[in-house]
Amino acid sequence: MQIYLPIAELSVNIFLLLGLGGIVGFLSGLFGVGGGFLMTPLLFFIGIPPTVAVASEANQIVASSVSGVLAHWRKSGVDFKMGVVLLVGGLLGSTMGVWLFTFLKGLGQIDLVISLCYVIFLGIIGLLMLMESVKASIREKRQGKVRKKLHKHLWVHDLPFKMRFRRSKLYISALVPLSVGFFVGVLAAIMGVGGGFIMVPAMIYLIGMPTSVVVGTSLFQIIFVTANVTFLQAVNNQTVDIVLALLLLLGGVIGAQFGTRMSTKLKGEHFRSLLAIMVLTVCVKLLYDLFSTPIDIYSISLGVTH
Amino acid sequence: MSKAYKLSSFLIFFLLFPILAKAEVILADLSTHKIEIDTNFTGTEVVLFGATDGVGDVVVAVRGPMSQATVRKKEKRAGIWMNVDHVTYKNVPKFYWVACSNRDKGCAPKAVKSRHQIGANNLRFKPVSLEPLEPQKDITYRKALLRNKKREGVYPEDIGKISFLGEKLFRTKLNFPANIPTGIYTVEVFQIRDDLLVGAQTIPLIARKVGFEAAIYNFAHNNSIAYGAVAVIIALIAGWMASVLFKKG
Repeated sequence: MQIYLPIAELSVNIFLLLGLGGIVGFLSGLFGVGGGFLMTPLLFFIGIPPTVAVASEANQIVASSVSGVLAHWRKSGVDFKMGVVLLVGGLLGSTMGVWLFTFLKGLGQIDLVISLCYVIFLGIIGLLMLMESVKASIREKRQGKVRKKLHKHLWVHDLPFKMRFRRSKLYISALVPLSVGFFVGVLAAIMGVGGGFIMVPAMIYLIGMPTSVVVGTSLFQIIFVTANVTFLQAVNNQTVDIVLALLLLLGGVIGAQFGTRMSTKLKGEHFRSLLAIMVLTVCVKLLYDLFSTPIDIYSISLGVTH
Repeated sequence: MSKAYKLSSFLIFFLLFPILAKAEVILADLSTHKIEIDTNFTGTEVVLFGATDGVGDVVVAVRGPMSQATVRKKEKRAGIWMNVDHVTYKNVPKFYWVACSNRDKGCAPKAVKSRHQIGANNLRFKPVSLEPLEPQKDITYRKALLRNKKREGVYPEDIGKISFLGEKLFRTKLNFPANIPTGIYTVEVFQIRDDLLVGAQTIPLIARKVGFEAAIYNFAHNNSIAYGAVAVIIALIAGWMASVLFKKG
């Protein structure tokens, strides 16, 4: 059954969209990631214009993060104070990101920048995860467990404007979460992702937060950052397709429930390496597209340029 | 209204009348003047029918709404294909298609096609930039524009067939694909006799979104601040509802 998407201005099979939402939702439930970094490239692959895909996906992530954060809140896995500091950075960053997006779109370089961002970040995250899971499985075999410090204290933590974050058990400079939030906000706007897949590692390794509050806090601030991106994309570029977002969401919510149930039954380490391989596959496909000769070296777009 | 004016318009009418009468050697109309794009739209067919005075060939050109189009050229920089140069043209129809009664003879003589811009290759796009464009570059970009339009399916390459029923009546089907742009179309009907254009008529056609699609599109474009806010609120409610629904399950 075909459905005409009013903003994307094309006709797509409704079950394809529900299915994509379902699969990505399943994976995000299974691995505890937002899934935007998989969904947005998949939308490119099925022919949704990148500008619409990025903006509509941000809209979908608002919804999926709300349901995610409520679940974590019940388990008191949200550091609201840290969330607000990250959020301030995130709002500044995403506003800057949407502005950058509009600017690059005018220059005709937005598609390239989106692809490059994906290749770089999917590549880095994928490799890190793969290494981590390989290390973990080696460690498991050796059985030698080393007790870790509460968190590694880096020099950046001693910058001015120190703040106490009780739930994260940290006393560090507010500039660290502020700049992490800013950086991820810029990427969220350009890449059409919540940025959880960058935010989570940054919270663990850079800020030094305990893992129990990382996912919930990340989701908390993602709600606001993606809401900001959705709003600004709608105002500046008119590229938010509500119909597309809702269809993906519907599939995603159902898929996520199955994913979450599955994740409690299965072993984490093996699945993390599977996720790493999946992330790297998407990365390689995008990388290949950048280097391979296009069907036509000339392309067209309607409308005015600068 | 002055007498002189009345008289002169009377005279002009009489002077022009034979020409007007002569121009009406061809008369055509469409089965509908509105294409309505709704949720289930997968393309449509419009029937064009008409009559001539019996001699000559008929050519129909369907032209979509005009827009500007930017053609970008990619080059390999540091191994990566990126856009390096562009030309923007104006007066580019978003849709273009031709049908004629003598496809085997190429519809019409070259001179006629060129003068009346019949056929995608004869469309005269103008560069927006005021600086003159190198002729060679212009040709390359123009060709690229046509090639891309054809690939997108908005300049269908196959020429439609106009069939005559008897000597004077003709009809053809205009096919519109699922991805047709919205806006005002013009359907031009030409009659060609002895290598000359002897009659022409222009029929308007409107393609527009209707119902739910139109409402959303117009909302997003005419009131984008409210649209953005509504999009966010819907997402917040949907996320909350999902969480409540599945907590019990």
